Amino acid sequence: MKSRRDFLKSGGALVVGFSLRGVISAQDHSGAVAGPPDAKQIDTWLAIHSDNTATVYIGFAELGQGNSTALLQVAAEELDLDMSQIKTVRLDTNITPNQGGTYSSASIQRGGPQVRTAAAEARAALLKMAAPKLNAPVEQLNVNKGIVAVNGSPNSRVSYGELIGDKQFHLAFAGTVPVKSPAEYKLVGKSVPRKDMPAKVAGEYVYMQHMRVEGMLHGRVVRPRGQGAYGDGAKILTLDESSIRDIPGARVLRKGDFLGVVAPKEWDAVRAAQKLKATWDIKPTLPGNQALYQRMRSGEAEDRVVTNRGDVAAALASAAHTVSLNSTCPYQMHACFGPNCALADVKPDSALLMCSTQDVYGTRGGVARVLGLPLNKVRVQYQDGAGTYGHSCYDDVAQAAALLSQLAGAPVRLQFMRWDEHGWDNYGPAHVGEVKAGADASGKIVAYEYQGWHHNWANVETSEQLGLSKQAAEWATGAAQMVSQNCGGMYDIANFRLVNHKIPGLLYLKGAWLRSPLDLSFSFTSEQAIDQLAYELGMDPYEFRQHNIKDPRWLGVLDAAAKAARWTPRKAASDLSKASVVTGRGIGIGTHLASYGGAVAEIEVNKDTGRVVAKHLYGAIDAGQVVNPGNVEAQIGGQLVQAASRMFKEEVKFNTTNVTSLDWASYPILRFDESPEVTAVVVQRLNERSSGAGEEVMAACAAAIGNAFFDATGVRMHEYPMTPARVLAALKYA
Amino acid sequence: MAIELKIRVNEKSWSVDAAPETPLLYVLINDLSLKGPRFGCGLAQCGSCSVLVNGVETRSCITPVSAVAGKSVTTLEGLPEWYAAQKKLAKSPALHPVQQAMIDEQALQCGYCFNGMIVKASELLSKNAKPTDAQIRSAMNGHLCRCGTYPRIIAAVKRASQAMTGGVQ
Ligand code: FES
Ligand code: FES
Repeated sequence: MKSRRDFLKSGGALVVGFSLRGVISAQDHSGAVAGPPDAKQIDTWLAIHSDNTATVYIGFAELGQGNSTALLQVAAEELDLDMSQIKTVRLDTNITPNQGGTYSSASIQRGGPQVRTAAAEARAALLKMAAPKLNAPVEQLNVNKGIVAVNGSPNSRVSYGELIGDKQFHLAFAGTVPVKSPAEYKLVGKSVPRKDMPAKVAGEYVYMQHMRVEGMLHGRVVRPRGQGAYGDGAKILTLDESSIRDIPGARVLRKGDFLGVVAPKEWDAVRAAQKLKATWDIKPTLPGNQALYQRMRSGEAEDRVVTNRGDVAAALASAAHTVSLNSTCPYQMHACFGPNCALADVKPDSALLMCSTQDVYGTRGGVARVLGLPLNKVRVQYQDGAGTYGHSCYDDVAQAAALLSQLAGAPVRLQFMRWDEHGWDNYGPAHVGEVKAGADASGKIVAYEYQGWHHNWANVETSEQLGLSKQAAEWATGAAQMVSQNCGGMYDIANFRLVNHKIPGLLYLKGAWLRSPLDLSFSFTSEQAIDQLAYELGMDPYEFRQHNIKDPRWLGVLDAAAKAARWTPRKAASDLSKASVVTGRGIGIGTHLASYGGAVAEIEVNKDTGRVVAKHLYGAIDAGQVVNPGNVEAQIGGQLVQAASRMFKEEVKFNTTNVTSLDWASYPILRFDESPEVTAVVVQRLNERSSGAGEEVMAACAAAIGNAFFDATGVRMHEYPMTPARVLAALKYA
Repeated sequence: MAIELKIRVNEKSWSVDAAPETPLLYVLINDLSLKGPRFGCGLAQCGSCSVLVNGVETRSCITPVSAVAGKSVTTLEGLPEWYAAQKKLAKSPALHPVQQAMIDEQALQCGYCFNGMIVKASELLSKNAKPTDAQIRSAMNGHLCRCGTYPRIIAAVKRASQAMTGGVQ
């Protein structure tokens, strides 16, 4: 059996299987030892090659946010290499360390310190090796681009490559070598261009969807169009295999209620899946959009007091000003632009799987379960696909490809069709929120209570549910729940209460985390209530917030967003116009767990048509030490546009039997014609620990948009997306 | 029934073995191993699969391969050459100015939609060298980006327009 280091010796031959015609050479199932590799060894984290370059093994997926560039910057900084001398490899359960999934914008937050320390220890080890060679003590050595030289005698030098080239360090990762202080940084904090863009614009980049292996078949799943209630799954009533008999080489594959087709040619698989005659037992158990919120609010729920401080009821009763604000927030979908894709090669005793998972080790578990193989016989490799924004269908597609390959006895490439991806997503759950808040006459918030209703994430993927008759189940605890960060926690409030009402989710849609999970709902509700308090007090909403925040980091992003938008104080909705087309501005703050986000929205409302358009969105983030500010600015821009899309356009439609949002016509997203201008501000704090920057401005933006609508019209929106019909209704009944 | 079809892609002739109603996209991806055009929806809704057919942006996911017989198909990969031929340049550049501008603006996030974005913007600039903001938005409106890169794409198209018309940044 080849070890991981054998691959390294062959000059980073890990990166194979890329050519369309090529084979996944060397990448057979036992191509390396089943991981995760030992995180306590420096060799697990990086390797130095003879040509004086380095490979860093990073346990995070590149999801289109440039995090691999940023992590390489961190490593290059500590090693004193330049960016052209450093690269990474794709995630592989047999190669890369288990740093946990690429969730909660964790790459930099959790990955940065590990990569940084490992690189610093490697550098220290290299200096120790160089000292006897150069006849100088370590203290008198310097490093530039991987060349170690003696201070004052630049000709006395040796390169990293000469010192260790492709050999192992055999060094325990102690975690004790000091890292550079921010004052010494040459690369961290600089906007380094992303490495992947040239290949991407030239059409040379290999996405997951491009992967092919010799002898493979194309697969497609066959399911009802649009999922029903999560707990119901989908049962096959009748199946007529002869209905695709005329399609060359097409085969029907079935395990339990998991149904799919394979064919040598992709188009044949596509049309076989469409033509195959199957009927399904469809139950009318969903509430449908009409009855959704009513069922959520009135049904049973598991109630939990998340935070309780002071006496909210008493403080509300005696407050000079009180507001109460309810909201209803829809299911929304990941809607990956390129449907998820996986390639599986399942043998009787082992399996190789490629897909765009955010967590190769998590996916390995799910694939092993559906195949009935032990974990160490399953190898999962990550390949970059279209943006996923959370737990989209990547685990489902991986399990489905694995099942198809096992049933077909051949490698299978499976790409979801648009209706599979839209119709069988793990949707960001719907939410009902109710906030009560009160302030004293001086404008100090004295009481705050948020009660929220939603169900939790799904724990069983559709393929496993259908194929193995596994009962649907949700995460038991945690995850989808009220968090103070986005529910008033940024303000200094003495009497404070959060109550989470977890509703049982099996008779709803399958749910999972969608970029900034539930945060848009929380902040749309909470920050509108805060805004309304400012209005009742006759205060400018920015100044009111300043007045009630103590944390300098919250104040920092609030100020940064306001400053970028050239905010001038005035009371909201104090400038209402009779014109058909009116404008408004709003401010909001929010985050996702860590980091701090602030936003200002400038919008336009057409009161005759009900159309609302964001004209300019400003977003500020404080994510501690930002390694690559240019990258984070791009991220903020994307978050602002996506948040606008979610506030104005996006809602999963479903009736009592199934989801009906199955394509871009039935699930519209924001387009060029309504794209806002965006301004991104990075509040750099080099001395603070890095935290996530991939989603933390969205909640603030959702809030700012809601508040801007009020400023423009004097009317509060209690529901999003703010579609023309909803806007017209709100204006009419106001 | 599969038959042998002759098509012209990126100025090369290919003969492919496919049923005539097969969407061009699947032929480009699987038979010609091209990585530019890619599946997004298969419904002509997103622009992921866009190519130029005789210089006109076309959704290859719903265009039968037989419909492009005798026509010239250009994919993302072929844009630099296509541009050189249009501008009668002696040598084709490494990248079409639109491709270069996308890098200069660091416009991509996941980049999956950029096949369509670049193809469409190249078509636009071949017809209208100096489009206004409104013209860019309206020409590009049939192309979706889930990552929200629209503002930077608009900036990149303007930058490319300047580069192509000899303006300075
Ligand atoms: S894949 Fe052709 S338009 Fe979407
Ligand atoms: S960059 Fe990801 S879909 Fe456009």
